[in-house]
Amino acid sequence: MAELNTAPKGDGKKVRSKKQNPSVDLTAMVDLAFLLITFFILTTTLSKPQSMDLAMPDKDERDKEPQTETPAWRTLTVVLGEDDKIAYYVGSLENPQEGGEPKLTSYGKNGIRQVILDKSKEVRARVTNPEKESLVILIKPSDKSNYKNFVDILDEMAITQEKRYAVMDMTDEDVQMLIEKGAYSE
Amino acid sequence: MAKVKMTKKSLKIDMAAMCDVSFLLLTFFVMTSTARLPEPVEVNTPASTVQIKLPDTGIATITVADERAYFGAVGQDTRVLMLEKMGSRYGLTFSEQEKQRFSLIESFGVDISELRGLIALDGADRMKPGVQKGIVLDSTSTQLADWIKSAREANAQLLAEKDVPKKERRDLDIAIKGDADEDYPTIKKVIDILQKEGKNNFFLVTGLRGEDF
Repeated sequence: MAELNTAPKGDGKKVRSKKQNPSVDLTAMVDLAFLLITFFILTTTLSKPQSMDLAMPDKDERDKEPQTETPAWRTLTVVLGEDDKIAYYVGSLENPQEGGEPKLTSYGKNGIRQVILDKSKEVRARVTNPEKESLVILIKPSDKSNYKNFVDILDEMAITQEKRYAVMDMTDEDVQMLIEKGAYSE
Repeated sequence: MAKVKMTKKSLKIDMAAMCDVSFLLLTFFVMTSTARLPEPVEVNTPASTVQIKLPDTGIATITVADERAYFGAVGQDTRVLMLEKMGSRYGLTFSEQEKQRFSLIESFGVDISELRGLIALDGADRMKPGVQKGIVLDSTSTQLADWIKSAREANAQLLAEKDVPKKERRDLDIAIKGDADEDYPTIKKVIDILQKEGKNNFFLVTGLRGEDF
């Protein structure tokens, strides 16, 4: 017959169940979790695009409303040419203001921004009510300019905090002027 | 002299709390993130210093690349309604299944005649180069204008159905996402279309530029 052997064997030592450490090493898990967190943080916040506002004049009402006359010396026209070149003049092209003849410049801090800031300061010194009679900037992108140029010049408006600007179509005279300045090729 | 006993410290740190926190954060980010679906065309947006975030809802994006436009509206209900309205403009009827499939397409750029074919395609096949050629932008085609019109109507109708107070009903915002190297005349065409639709205020999607520009 089989016999249940319950008696302690040999020298009478107690059988002890082996004590197991209940804690699991979580380091690897934490590593993984943080990796995933980093991934999700980066993909969520970086994917949200920035944008800028653009308001255009109403096309239908433009003809009905009387156009307010702005003195020539307060208008700065900026024409965007090819190869990141910009031409600017003060007043009208046929009859530019003194010192406002068409000139070429570039984008950025030392280019068009300085021109706008200088002109703005000059206008502010001359008028009695700087709030109402500020500089008016006309932006005329040519067919040879690209979208980046367009955004850049709008960005300049935001940087210099000029509120009065309008995007316009350019005229044949402007094209002629750009060709003369070497900023447009047909 | 008494012996200085070094207390033996365990090298192991309890990671349980850290693990808890990190998974909590992980869950949060997974829940709040929206999956960015691939677009039919990749554009390289120009940079600007202006930092206005695009609104999350009630917006449609016109992507401009290679003289073609791609259109996408946010919101599945808006897209379904937009498709119905567009269908009625062009005398096309779409089945429920097609509408459902269309509601999952974030943005597209095909001629209206090829739209049904695009809906039938698999998600991965839709994004293959050459499948979506873009919506033509010339004076004879009014498709982009019709899409904009349909999307705006759909947006307005949905807001009315949801009983949003009249004052808070916002017109559908339009964002133009153009490629930096895109010629200005192409952008001008899109702006002209928008102005013709009486939409004079819109967003230009740009990247971020440092302050010292």
